[in-house]
Amino acid sequence: MKGKWKLWLIGFIGFILAILWLTPFYLMLVNAFKMKRDIFADTLGLPETWTLENFTQAFEQLDFLRTLFNSLLISGVSVVIIIIFSAMAAYALSRNKSKISSLLFFVFVAAMLIPFQSVMIPLVAQFGQLGMLNKAGLIFMYLGFGCSLSIFLYHGTLKGIPLSLDEAAKIDGANRFQVFWYIIFPLLKPMSITVGILNVIWIWNDYLLPSLVIGGAGSETIPLKLFFFFGQYTKQWHLALAGLTLSIIPVIIAYFFAQRQIIKGIADGAVK
Amino acid sequence: MRNRDAAYWLFLTPVLAALILVVIVPLIYGFYYSFTNWNGLGTPDFIGFKNYIDLFTDKGFLDTFWFTIKFSVAAIVVINIIGLSLALIVTSKIKSSNILRTVFFMPNLIGGLILGFIWQFIFIKVFGAIGDLTGIEAFNGWLSTTDTGFWGLIILTSWQMAGYIMIIYIAYLQAVPEDLIEAAKIDGANSFQRFRHITFPLVAPAFTVSLFLTLSHSFKIYDQNLSLTNGAPYNSTEMVAMNIVKSAFTENDMAYAQAKAVIFFVIVAVVSLTQVYFNKKREVEL
Repeated sequence: MKGKWKLWLIGFIGFILAILWLTPFYLMLVNAFKMKRDIFADTLGLPETWTLENFTQAFEQLDFLRTLFNSLLISGVSVVIIIIFSAMAAYALSRNKSKISSLLFFVFVAAMLIPFQSVMIPLVAQFGQLGMLNKAGLIFMYLGFGCSLSIFLYHGTLKGIPLSLDEAAKIDGANRFQVFWYIIFPLLKPMSITVGILNVIWIWNDYLLPSLVIGGAGSETIPLKLFFFFGQYTKQWHLALAGLTLSIIPVIIAYFFAQRQIIKGIADGAVK
Repeated sequence: MRNRDAAYWLFLTPVLAALILVVIVPLIYGFYYSFTNWNGLGTPDFIGFKNYIDLFTDKGFLDTFWFTIKFSVAAIVVINIIGLSLALIVTSKIKSSNILRTVFFMPNLIGGLILGFIWQFIFIKVFGAIGDLTGIEAFNGWLSTTDTGFWGLIILTSWQMAGYIMIIYIAYLQAVPEDLIEAAKIDGANSFQRFRHITFPLVAPAFTVSLFLTLSHSFKIYDQNLSLTNGAPYNSTEMVAMNIVKSAFTENDMAYAQAKAVIFFVIVAVVSLTQVYFNKKREVEL
């Protein structure tokens, strides 16, 4: 009996905390449906008249479809090339046990220690001189910043894939690329999902790097556009909140469909 | 695969090119620039340690630094206490554990910039409304003073990161063998004793991982700082990362900003290496 009562208490505390955790989202959502004067008159209550006006205006001001497309394009392409190129590199490093492989692996892992701010200034200056401050340059930068952790994670998995598989495929006449692409890469799929999730979360939400690299109108990602939008409507909370709500929707949809993989990916990436 | 195989180098070329051009070359140039008077354009003149000497007498930078340290210490304590508590709730055998885990982790997926804007609304408008309603003075004027800005940042980052740290604790808690707990129960150990003598020692490695993760995250924070307070009032809530970005791209003081960035790099690297050292030591002990 005592145990049951205790579980009930834990469940109750958990419930209260969950409500508390969701309150910021609730307040954002409810106020996004209010008329401007309602937010000032009554911030805590439900809207007196529910309006979609804020959303249509924010949608337009954020140029939402184009901004969403930019975010999808940049995150999507970056993550795909990080997955493929990091898996290839980790494969080469794990199958060649020479000093040079150990050294390169060490360099990749050590690069994880370098905070973005300590390379940011020369990086922007040099890519600026090369005329590479654009989407392609940004994606290449994401490969540079994302590959270290990804190679580290793939390397760990590859150690568990027996060499005899490579050799069997080789005897059947497959070359290196075929062995990698048809035999090894499919076996890495669970790790590729983890690597993809870990990278897409930070790239999707990244503000600072895109703000330094892609300034041009029309090529902004969601965080970038939202920053300008917020600055413009700083005292017009009804619009600002509608914009924030819109920009969160894609993430919530993704979380709804893939929460199991996302939480597993986060745990794998953090603990290793 | 041998070193002289073309395939070996072909497999490595894309990431090596990216790492060298994006991280290694800028890092080396960064060290060099920090000893010059470079302003972003033209050829830099070598000025020795001047930037570094200036740094240590720059009150603005030192204040920023001190604020960042205070923030990191408070964040580590608060986030780990909340994260562990959430993990204990979620791993107890309650029916709602899956949905609770989903809820607690949710803020972590959304960018710090967006979360900061949401909390700016809550601290300014919602807290203000609660203050008017209840007459409690403490709810008014949030983010307008250094202290409320500080605690605002702590609340924001705790809300965002506690779910992440919770996931790490869960991973370790679930590795605690069930039969060990059962055996202790039969021997008459109460739930506190079971936590103290079985769960706690087995979960101890999670503390090392979580403490260092929260430390390096909070030390490097930028987005949340930018969107919640933007350093206000009077740059008193500005943290190191933001200070570097501002002096580089707002004040155009590139070489000076780069010297700050080098110091920043050294500290982050020392912290991370300490973590690696502790992890290795623990693995040896196991």
